[in-house]
Amino acid sequence: MADEGLYAERVTLGYGDRPVVRELSVRIPPQKITVIVGPNACGKSTLLRGLARLLNPSHGQVVLDGTDLHRMSTRAVALRLGILPQQPVAPDGMRVADLVGRGRYPHHGFFDRWSDGDDDAVASALLATGTAELADRSVDELSGGQRQRVWIAMALAQRTGVLLLDEPTTFLDVTHQIEVLDLLTDLNRRDGVTLVLVLHDLNLAARYAHHLIVMRDGDLVAAGAPADVITERTVADVFGLASRVVPDPVSGTPMVVPIGRYHGGQPLIETPSAPLRAEKG
Amino acid sequence: MTTTLQGTKAKVSAVRRRSAGRTLGVLLILILIVAGLFCLALSTGAFPIPLSKVLDTLAGQGTRRDTFVIMDVRLPRVLCGLLAGAAFGLSGALFQSLVHNPLASPDVIGVTMGASAAAVTCTVVLGVVGAAVSVSAFAGALATAALIYLLAWRRGVTGYRLVLVGIGIGAVLGSIVSYLMSRADVTSAQQALVWLTGSLNARSYEHVWPLLVGFVILAPAALLLTNGLTVLRLGDETARGLGARVETLRLTILVVGVALAAFATAAAGPVPFVAFVAGPIARRLTGERGLALAPAALVGAIVMVASDLIAQHLLTDRALPVGVVTGAVGAPFLLWQLASANREGRGG
Repeated sequence: MADEGLYAERVTLGYGDRPVVRELSVRIPPQKITVIVGPNACGKSTLLRGLARLLNPSHGQVVLDGTDLHRMSTRAVALRLGILPQQPVAPDGMRVADLVGRGRYPHHGFFDRWSDGDDDAVASALLATGTAELADRSVDELSGGQRQRVWIAMALAQRTGVLLLDEPTTFLDVTHQIEVLDLLTDLNRRDGVTLVLVLHDLNLAARYAHHLIVMRDGDLVAAGAPADVITERTVADVFGLASRVVPDPVSGTPMVVPIGRYHGGQPLIETPSAPLRAEKG
Repeated sequence: MTTTLQGTKAKVSAVRRRSAGRTLGVLLILILIVAGLFCLALSTGAFPIPLSKVLDTLAGQGTRRDTFVIMDVRLPRVLCGLLAGAAFGLSGALFQSLVHNPLASPDVIGVTMGASAAAVTCTVVLGVVGAAVSVSAFAGALATAALIYLLAWRRGVTGYRLVLVGIGIGAVLGSIVSYLMSRADVTSAQQALVWLTGSLNARSYEHVWPLLVGFVILAPAALLLTNGLTVLRLGDETARGLGARVETLRLTILVVGVALAAFATAAAGPVPFVAFVAGPIARRLTGERGLALAPAALVGAIVMVASDLIAQHLLTDRALPVGVVTGAVGAPFLLWQLASANREGRGG
């Protein structure tokens, strides 16, 4: 079996004495986009933090390119694997170019000066994320979508083969969600970056993921290609939600259409167009 | 449009050079002010000595009287003020940046209060004076900082907990100081009180040397920590993801900051608010982009020596301790910072 890539082997992860993820094994396919989905508090962010070494497993191990992640130095990890936490905050007044430059931190020793190669990495990260025009702006005056792209640029300047993102689209409107996910797909296709994302939206997850990991209550429920994993049965089991799964008319990937209490069982017809006042009378 | 790699690169390095250029300009101006204050402080006093003679004397060609006044009386006082001010300023800027909170300077969170408690115990209870007071002040500052750190520790140390625990410890130590003062006899109480206000009176080389050695070691260490400190400001998780050893780094920065404050307090007493105001002023001057550690050190030195000049000559015919002036200027600044920090709901 190849030693390349990232996988977790029977990891137990948690905070204090309370395990959130128990004895979970997952494999992250190299140079693919993996998306972790599941209901709130199912441990998906915890798993991501474990994969990024922000959290030490109490049992089991996370292996990166054949080495136990927890035997590597923080810096050695940071040279191979980048992580963008949920909702990171930049200090007041920090410039975009300066923030993106922080991605070069693991590449510098204690006494190293800023080099031409660092400028190169920052510039190409800005270009890749379409944020070159913002270089001189202050991060706190950007819109949510711009800010998220700038943070992704920082992670790109780190130049790692693996990039983990915790809910990169939360709090973005739908246009910017698509923009960020398209951007990440660009990175994957062009540079072969292995991506692991935590997402809330099942339909976007199914559309953008090569590999889907479905979790519930800290356990792995299913993993595989979205077409195999997203079924009406899985959605019912994991989310407790009755739904229809139909092919996405745009991408052909599975699309979950929730049923809910008011519309279930009724044929899918156009909604009654009777004016509201008719109900009063 | 800057869509090419070369164009973007040029833009990136221009952004970097512009802020570096501004910082350099600010540094040069501050250095000039420091030099000016240095000469002014050496030339003014009970025996005014003209500037040309000051320079002659520094070059070793002064009259015997001038040499005595400048080299033995004024120079140690000015050096002590400059170094202690710079150390306070640097220490304050380190704390404030680390904790993301302009209130977190060592004089607000109880570190210098620890030095005071130890020094007053020394003076009042043990009846010791001189170098032993400085040594105990130094030890008191370090011990207090360690205590604050341990009490604030809960799987790592966060900024707000550190500030709150620090303020609490400061209050306890303050009441110890008050208790000791109320029990002390008049002579030792007066000695302790002058020390407590922070004074540069009668400083000799005995005060300057330890401070100089400490500063020469710690100031470059602080500057080397700049990159790490900047990364820590992005939040613990981001910093760890970027390869920073967060807890080690934070502890190192705290130790350097505390040691700087301890050296300064041992030499000049707990001069209030110098550490507190230096960082914000320096950040404003440099455009609030970076940490402005070196400018903060220079601003601290300027505030200290300028305050000492005012305390000695401008206010009354009787010389006041420097701490009276920094306190009078710093307290309104503290109120303003508190008000604006509350309004914005965050710290700098």
